[in-house]
Amino acid sequence: MILHDSKTLLEVRGLCATVNGTSILKGLNFIVKSGEVHAIMGPNGSGKSTFAKVLAGHTAYQITAGQMLFEGRNLLEMAPEARARAGIFLAFQYPIEIPGVGNSQFLRLAYNTLQAERGKDELDPLEFDDLVREKMGLLEMNPEFLDRSVNEGFSGGEKKRNEILQMALLEPKLAILDETDSGLDIDALRVVSKGVNHLAGKDRGIVLVTHYQRLLNYIVPDYVHVMVGGRIVRTGGKELALELEERGYDWIEAETSAEGAL
Amino acid sequence: MSAVLQNLVNQPYRHGFVTAIESDVAPKGLNEDTIRMISAKKNEPAWLLEFRLKSYQAWLEMEEPKWSNVHYPKIDFQAISYYAAPKQKPKLRSMDEVDPELLRTFEKLGVPLHERMALAGVAVDVIFDSVSVATTYKHKLAEVGIIFCSMSEAVLEHPEVVQKYLGTVVPTADNYYAALNSAVFTDGSFCFIPKGVKCPMDLSTYFRINTEESGQFERTLIIAEEGASVSYLEGCTAPAFSTNQLHAAVVELVALDNADIKYSTVQNWYAGDENGVGGVYNFVTKRGLAKGVNSRISWTQVETGSAITWKYPSVVLRGDNSVGEFYSVAVTNHHQQADTGTKMIHIGKNTRSTIVSKGISAGQSSNSYRGLVKILPTAANARNYSQCDSMLIGDLCSANTFPYIQVRNDGAKVEHEASTSKIGEDQLFYFAQRGVDAEAAVSMIINGFCKDVFRQLPMEFAVEATKLLGFKLEGSVG
Repeated sequence: MILHDSKTLLEVRGLCATVNGTSILKGLNFIVKSGEVHAIMGPNGSGKSTFAKVLAGHTAYQITAGQMLFEGRNLLEMAPEARARAGIFLAFQYPIEIPGVGNSQFLRLAYNTLQAERGKDELDPLEFDDLVREKMGLLEMNPEFLDRSVNEGFSGGEKKRNEILQMALLEPKLAILDETDSGLDIDALRVVSKGVNHLAGKDRGIVLVTHYQRLLNYIVPDYVHVMVGGRIVRTGGKELALELEERGYDWIEAETSAEGAL
Repeated sequence: MSAVLQNLVNQPYRHGFVTAIESDVAPKGLNEDTIRMISAKKNEPAWLLEFRLKSYQAWLEMEEPKWSNVHYPKIDFQAISYYAAPKQKPKLRSMDEVDPELLRTFEKLGVPLHERMALAGVAVDVIFDSVSVATTYKHKLAEVGIIFCSMSEAVLEHPEVVQKYLGTVVPTADNYYAALNSAVFTDGSFCFIPKGVKCPMDLSTYFRINTEESGQFERTLIIAEEGASVSYLEGCTAPAFSTNQLHAAVVELVALDNADIKYSTVQNWYAGDENGVGGVYNFVTKRGLAKGVNSRISWTQVETGSAITWKYPSVVLRGDNSVGEFYSVAVTNHHQQADTGTKMIHIGKNTRSTIVSKGISAGQSSNSYRGLVKILPTAANARNYSQCDSMLIGDLCSANTFPYIQVRNDGAKVEHEASTSKIGEDQLFYFAQRGVDAEAAVSMIINGFCKDVFRQLPMEFAVEATKLLGFKLEGSVG
């Protein structure tokens, strides 16, 4: 929802980032205010996932120019765990497996870490179990996932649900979903969307990185951005996604390079 | 590896302090006179001096083993002092008589003596360099017929039992270091659980090497008679010296019919600094004889220290239906080298053995599992299950698995599973993105990896082991 006088959550200005000397983000500008849902779309290799990981502080990327402010705090000076504790959540495109570490144990550690950060009570295993089962019910997840190792042997869809479960537990201020919809069947997509819509509200911002318009039927964005060549080259309302679905990205790329030539 | 992580890796060794206690140190060097001197200082009976001299002769003719996957400069056995005892009044009646400086040392180490001990319900026999300083709870245990004392004391007060069992599980000429130990051992723990007695508390020994250039050669003997059971805990630390110290212990366990011995070790000897200078050479022979029917011997070890670890706690399954178990976590960092594992020798019928080994290598260390499962023709229906998992942290370390399986009975079932995994930057990023810092993440991953072994440890030890591992490995991820 677009609200008047809502505060700015995330402000990115002129962001440039490289990986192993290759330039990926080239002067990116992006603003999210609380309450808003943004979709970032764009062709493969345009830098969408890089942007998501850079926001979370992945160390593989070097920031060469620009700034990122989260509630006015300089993200460049914050370690990944500090960003997470400040309220930034990334639902990973490919959630990693952590053999030997029980999912419930992991979830509780993450939950209690954030509770402590927010000055709230930590939960013991029994209290946490009640909470996590309630959230799992919302996402139609089988409680047996609690006893398995984190993401180990999970199907693609199960991993994505597990990401959304973490988001539901951690209640971030800014949730970035990196292609959470890819590889999901229609039922999983519906459930995942339900989880996101449940979280969305006037105090939070949501950023959806996606290839497909179909996700946006379930989670309706306030803004749709098109990313090409490491920059956001066009911003519109939800109807822009429909136009992209129909016409592809070529016309935008063509227009962008024409502008660049001027 | 990032700078932050680098810093964390290079945390100093916490137990690296030296206690300023006057020591009675023998001149360096080894010959028959040294052995006679040790024996005389301890007022030993003639048979034990014989035992020592025979072992010494055997040792002189033996070669240092070369087959293990560890590398170190040749040890000069003449540059080591073979006896070091803290100077103090002989024969202590109570804890109050112990040198307060020594007690402070144990406090620093976190050894739970005094009332803390009573609360913990653990009887501790403390070995400081080579002499047993105090055996707590001795009288309480004596009421049920349990003998728990230093080896020196046992030799003097229970010579018939010691003579009956000493060297029966690990013969004097078993291997190079066992022979050396048999010649020069200075002290150790002795534990005798009589027929039908279940030891009412965990028995514990704490070893500490305090003198530079001294070797520690303890000798431990545990006997559980028919139907007896005991759980024994051993912890080890040493101060940080730039020279290498030799530790060559021998531990022998004997379980008679229906007896049960559980032996747990947390070994945290000084491992040397981050460049591999200094540290303890830990060459240990530990073996249990499951002699009687239905007897059971279980080794659990958490090996985190020492520059070099060479250790294969083994079980000889002689009694029918006897059970042997080996649960091990071995952690190496920096330039540490570990070659450790077990031997399960199946002789009796229906004998069963289980091996669970978890090796964790970080830094530039080398960590090898070496294990032998041997099923003799007499061992009808024998079974073994082995699981050897390795975890690598960083790109410069190595992990090896050397399983040897010799089966000479068609009815045997032997299973072996192995895996190798790695803590990656992406796993840590995943934790970080959920607000969890690298230390907590590594600790959780490692504890998950080791949980099959940790759950075998008595509660206090499990807690200590968990902390020790977190401390040892925090930040070693790159």
